[in-house]
Amino acid sequence: MSAQPDLLYSEEEDALRAAVRDLLADHCDAAGVIARVESDTPHDLPLWKALAGGMGLAGLLVPEELDGQGATHREVAVVLEELGRAVAPVPYLTSAVVATEALLECGTEDLLSQLASATTIGALAVSLSVPAGSAYKVVRFEDGGLHGELTGIADAAVADVLLVPADDGGLYAVDAAAATVTPQVSLDLTRPVATVTFDGAPARLLGDAEPAVRRALRAGAGLLASEQLGLAEWTLTETVRYLKERTQFNRPVGGFQALKHRLAQLWLEVVSLRAAARNAADALANGVDADVAVAVAQAYAAPVAVRAAEEALQLHGGIGMTWEHPVHLYLKRAKADSIAYGTAGAHREALAELVDLRAP
Amino acid sequence: MTDATELTRRTRELLAAQPPASTDRIDFLKARFDAGLAWVHYPEGLGGLGAPRALQAVVDAELEAAGAPDNHPRRIGIGLGMAAPTILRYGTEEQKRRFLRPLWVGEEVWCQLFSEPGAGSDLAALGTRAVRSGDDWIVNGQKVWTSSAHLARWAILIARTDPDVPKHKGITYFVCDMTDPGVDVRPLRQVTGEAEFNEVFLTDVRIPDAHRLGEVGDGWRVAQTTLNNERVAIGGMRLPREGGMIGPVTRTWRERPELRTPDLHQRLLKLWVEAEVARLAGERLRQQLVVGQPGPEGAGMKLSFARLNQEISGLEVELLGEEGLLYEDWTMRRPELVDFVGHDAGYRYLRSKGNSIEGGTSEVLLNIVAERVLGLPSEPRTDKDIAWKDLAR
Repeated sequence: MSAQPDLLYSEEEDALRAAVRDLLADHCDAAGVIARVESDTPHDLPLWKALAGGMGLAGLLVPEELDGQGATHREVAVVLEELGRAVAPVPYLTSAVVATEALLECGTEDLLSQLASATTIGALAVSLSVPAGSAYKVVRFEDGGLHGELTGIADAAVADVLLVPADDGGLYAVDAAAATVTPQVSLDLTRPVATVTFDGAPARLLGDAEPAVRRALRAGAGLLASEQLGLAEWTLTETVRYLKERTQFNRPVGGFQALKHRLAQLWLEVVSLRAAARNAADALANGVDADVAVAVAQAYAAPVAVRAAEEALQLHGGIGMTWEHPVHLYLKRAKADSIAYGTAGAHREALAELVDLRAP
Repeated sequence: MTDATELTRRTRELLAAQPPASTDRIDFLKARFDAGLAWVHYPEGLGGLGAPRALQAVVDAELEAAGAPDNHPRRIGIGLGMAAPTILRYGTEEQKRRFLRPLWVGEEVWCQLFSEPGAGSDLAALGTRAVRSGDDWIVNGQKVWTSSAHLARWAILIARTDPDVPKHKGITYFVCDMTDPGVDVRPLRQVTGEAEFNEVFLTDVRIPDAHRLGEVGDGWRVAQTTLNNERVAIGGMRLPREGGMIGPVTRTWRERPELRTPDLHQRLLKLWVEAEVARLAGERLRQQLVVGQPGPEGAGMKLSFARLNQEISGLEVELLGEEGLLYEDWTMRRPELVDFVGHDAGYRYLRSKGNSIEGGTSEVLLNIVAERVLGLPSEPRTDKDIAWKDLAR
C-alpha cells in the first residue's frame, strides 16, 4: 500500500457520467423497463447499441489498437453507477467487463476488438453466483467440441459468443448459436440468467481458464460495487423525494424523526459505499492492493444496496408494494447482486486470508 | 502567488537560519510563525502567507524531514481547531495579533466554555449571564465538559447578554481569562474513573469589552464558525489501514489464537470491513477538502467512528474472556490528553461511550444530516419566537 488511492471523480469522469445519464434519461425510463421485462426481449438491445456502440463504452477496458478506448476501471465504474441508477437491462457488466477481462487475460485480440466495437456481446459461462478464486462448473471437451450444461449464466440470452471453461483446464469460445440457451425464470428481471447446453458445439481454445476466470470475476465483483452504489443512490434519493411530498397526519411523512433518522443512517452508508467503490475501481485500475480493495467493497456493498432497496419499499408504503412502482426492480437487482460474484460473507472469508485474520 | 516551490524555499531558509538541532523549541516555533509557515493559508503577519491550505503539507513534510519540532498539535487542539479560526474570522486586528501567535506556538493553551448542565444538545438555551458594567462584562454561570480548563490560559466563552429576546439572538461570544479569580475549575470524574474534563464555575468574572468576539448578540453566529471548524478538524485526519480502534483487537486476534471463536471471527471480520470503509470515507472527505470541494460527508464521519469505536472495543473486551473481567485502574487521574493509546480494552470500551455524546450526540447529528443534507422537514420548534427567559426549564 504505497500510493494513496484517488477516491474522487475527475472532470472527464464527471463528463462521462453526465453523458450516460442523459442517454438513460431519454431511453431508459422506469415504465419502459417494467413493460420490457415482461416481454420476450427483457434486454434493451437498442439502448445497448447506443451505449456500447454509439458512445463507445463497451471498449473502455480495451486498448485503442484493438478498437477500444484504452480507459480504465475508474471510467467503467462511473458508467456502472449510472446503469445501476437506471437499473438498465443491458449486458454491460457481463460483456464489457467480465467477458472482456477474460479475453484480456487470454490475449484474444479478434474477439476483444469485436466486443469493444459492440458488434458482438460476450458472456463468461460461469454461474453469476461464483466468487473469484472459488470452484466453478466446467463442461467436457471431447472431439473438438463441448458437451454439458451450465446454469446461472447472466445475460447469456443476448450473448453472441460464450466463453466456456472446460474439463481440460482450457477456456473456449463458442458461438452462442451453436449452443442451446434457455432463459431461467430469474429473481432479477433486469439481469436474467440462463442455462446453456452444449452438445458437441465447436469450440476454439483461448487459453487457460483458471487465471482468466479469476481475473474476470475479480473485476466483476469490484465494479459491481459501483452498480450497487448507483442502485442505492437512486433508492435513497427517490425515497427522500417521495417522503417530502407524501403527507399523513397533516404533515409531510419525511418530517417524522423516526424516518429521518433511518434515511440519514442510510445516507451515511451510501456515502461510505461510494468511498469503498471508488477505492475498488482505483485499485483495479492501478493493480495496487486490488484483492483487498475488491473484497472490502463487495463485503460492504451488497448489504447496503439491499437495505437501501428494502427501506425504499417499506418507506413508500403501499405504493412500494405495487408492480407499477419501479422500486421492485431495484430490490430484485440489489438482492441478486448480493449473490453475484460472491456474497458478502464469501468476501469476508477471503479477507480473513488476505489480511491475516484467521478463523479459529 | 505562493506556490510549492516558493514554500519549499522559505522553509529551507527558516531551517538554515534556525537549525532545529541547536535552536530552542519555542524559539524555533516563533520563528516559523513569523516566517508565515505556521498555517500557510492564514494571512501574512499572522503565521501564514495567504497560500492555499493544501500546500501546508509541503511545509510540514520538509520540516519533518529536517527533524524540526512541532507545536504538539494534539495538546493545543482546541486553540488550533476552534479558537483560532474564530478569532481569525471575527477578531479585531488587535485581538488577532495578541492571541494567535502564543496560541499556535503552544505557550498559551485554550479551552472552550460552551456546554452547560442545562444546555447540552440545546446549546443555544445556555444560561451563563454576562452583564455590561462600564468597559467590562460581569459573567456568572456554570460550564461543563471543559477539556484542558485546568491547563488553559484563555477560553472561548459564549454567554447570555440579553434574556428578553429568543434564545439564539441574545448570546455574545467572548475570550475569557482563565486566571481571573472568579474562575473556579473543578475536575469532573467520568465512567472511566479519571477526570479528563472539568466543571467551570464562573463567579463575577470580569471580561473587558475589548475581549468580545463579534457583535453583541451575534454570538450564536460566531459560534457556528467554531463548531464547523471542529467538524473539519475531525474529517481532516488521515489514518493508515487498521490505524484506528480496530488496530488493537486485530493484534490480539493474531497474537492469541487461543481466544478465537467462530462467532467472534464473523463479528470481527464484519467490523474490520466497516472500519476500513469508514477510513476510506474519511480519506475521500480529506481529498475533497484538499481540492476545495468539501462534501457534506463530514457530518457523517463522526457518526461512523462513534459507533465503530464502541462496537469494536466492546468486541475486544469479549474476546479477552476472563481478562475482560478486569479493569486497568479506577484511581482518579488527570490525563493531559484524551487518548485511547496505552490503555486496555475495558478503558477503550468505556471511554468510547462518550464518542456518541461529545461534540454533538449521534441523535442530533442524524437530525442535522436529515435536514441539511437530505432536506427533510425540520423538527417542530416551539422555542423560536419565545424570549429566552420564558423558556421551560
